[in-house]
Amino acid sequence: MLDWLFSSAADRRLLGTSRFRGPMPWVIAIMSFSIIIVAATGLALAGSAASLSEAIASRYSVEVADGAQNLGAVVATLERSPGVASVEPVPESEMRRTLERWLGPAAEAADLPVPALVNFDARPGTDLGAVEKRVQAIAPAARISAHRDKVAPLLRSMRALQWLAFGLVLLLGAAAAAAVVLAARGALDTHRFTIEVMHGIGATDLQLTHLFQRKIAIDALVGSLAGAAAGAIVLLLLASGASFLGELTGGAALPPWGLIVLLLLPLVLTGLATWVARMAVLAALRETL
Amino acid sequence: MGLRYGTGGEVLRDLDFRLTNGGFYFLTGPSGAGKTSLLKLLYLAQRPTRGRIRLFGEELSEAPRESLPPFRRRIGVVFQDFRLIRHLSAFDNVALPLRVAGATEEEVEGPVREMLAWVGLADRASARPPTLSGGEQQRVAIARAVINRPELLVADEPTGNVDADMAKRLLHLFTALNRLGTTVVVATHDVGLISATPSAQMIRLENGGVVDPTGLLRNPPPRHS
Repeated sequence: MLDWLFSSAADRRLLGTSRFRGPMPWVIAIMSFSIIIVAATGLALAGSAASLSEAIASRYSVEVADGAQNLGAVVATLERSPGVASVEPVPESEMRRTLERWLGPAAEAADLPVPALVNFDARPGTDLGAVEKRVQAIAPAARISAHRDKVAPLLRSMRALQWLAFGLVLLLGAAAAAAVVLAARGALDTHRFTIEVMHGIGATDLQLTHLFQRKIAIDALVGSLAGAAAGAIVLLLLASGASFLGELTGGAALPPWGLIVLLLLPLVLTGLATWVARMAVLAALRETL
Repeated sequence: MGLRYGTGGEVLRDLDFRLTNGGFYFLTGPSGAGKTSLLKLLYLAQRPTRGRIRLFGEELSEAPRESLPPFRRRIGVVFQDFRLIRHLSAFDNVALPLRVAGATEEEVEGPVREMLAWVGLADRASARPPTLSGGEQQRVAIARAVINRPELLVADEPTGNVDADMAKRLLHLFTALNRLGTTVVVATHDVGLISATPSAQMIRLENGGVVDPTGLLRNPPPRHS
């Protein structure tokens, strides 16, 4: 199946020109670089969205307006409620720091009614209605809210960006394929005379296609590996240089299977280029006698 | 059969003749009579626009193009403009038909060296066509055409660029191949070549048609070896 890749020295001499001369390896390198960056971003977003979604899946908050005086009772009630795994009250100082963003120094005023906020994790199947009723028995204004509801718009945006990245990877792949078609046609034009002579002495379309396919496969492999290596360097620099970008582009947010996908991308791009070259050359040869 | 290029008039019209297996033919006629077009039909570089061509017992005028390479391997062609691949050495040019047919490098080496020696180019094996004279290129082209011992040899002015001595040697090669069973068709204006081969039959083309007053080309007599 891959015998075309191991052609003889005589066969390799037929196309004459040395490798890596035309624009093909450069175009593929640029495409590979772009694909790696976009794919890493998409995968990191997917990883981050999954981690975030998992982390907040069972996370809830009880918010009690002017509830500072009821905080201890609310925490105790929550801890006794069936299904509640852990309870974590938000310290008043932290609440005041949050309020300071809107109120300025007035947030430190002793007479400011600071709401109480208690985070808790509930096990799957917990009757949250019952938990809320127990809490409301102490603080009637208390409301339970799920973190996932608050984060849902962010998760939706992350997933949309993730799909956008996936679409961009497909578009870049299509652009790379188009570049390969143009390169294959250019190579056929350059070697038209050789093709005519070879056809004349009985060479089959497949024999001729293998010559071009091999050359384009090697150019594509070199280009895609170089582009991927450059992309990897940029990703590492971003990940180590800025934590928020590191989070976005790789680092801890990139799932292990994402790394495997990134490693496979240059090979997939090479395979795509080789297949497209084969189809383009065969189609062009079929137009001759 | 007939042949036209594009929407122009027919360059070959109402051709109807048979080549006897193992025959030796000279194709003659004035310039523009259609000799090269007829040769193209014979070496399957062109299909007739009407009529039929049977080669090696097969109807090939409308045969699918995928089926043509095996037939082309049975035909040797000497082109008027040599059609050598410029970036390949003389050795590689001559070796092409063998390699296309799947011969190994061991199977290629001996016959190609022998053939190059025969056409007087043993010491030019690694030379590329642009560094060879016209006559040398023509000899490389002839060596390439006959290296595979073709069943049909088609040559377009094969002695146009060689001296009289080499022309004699090449004719000797053609007749030797013919004696081994190769059908030879040589398009030429070289009267000396024609007169040196009295056993050969003439195909004369005029205005795109074959002149066959005796009808021998249409109905050749049975060949006795």
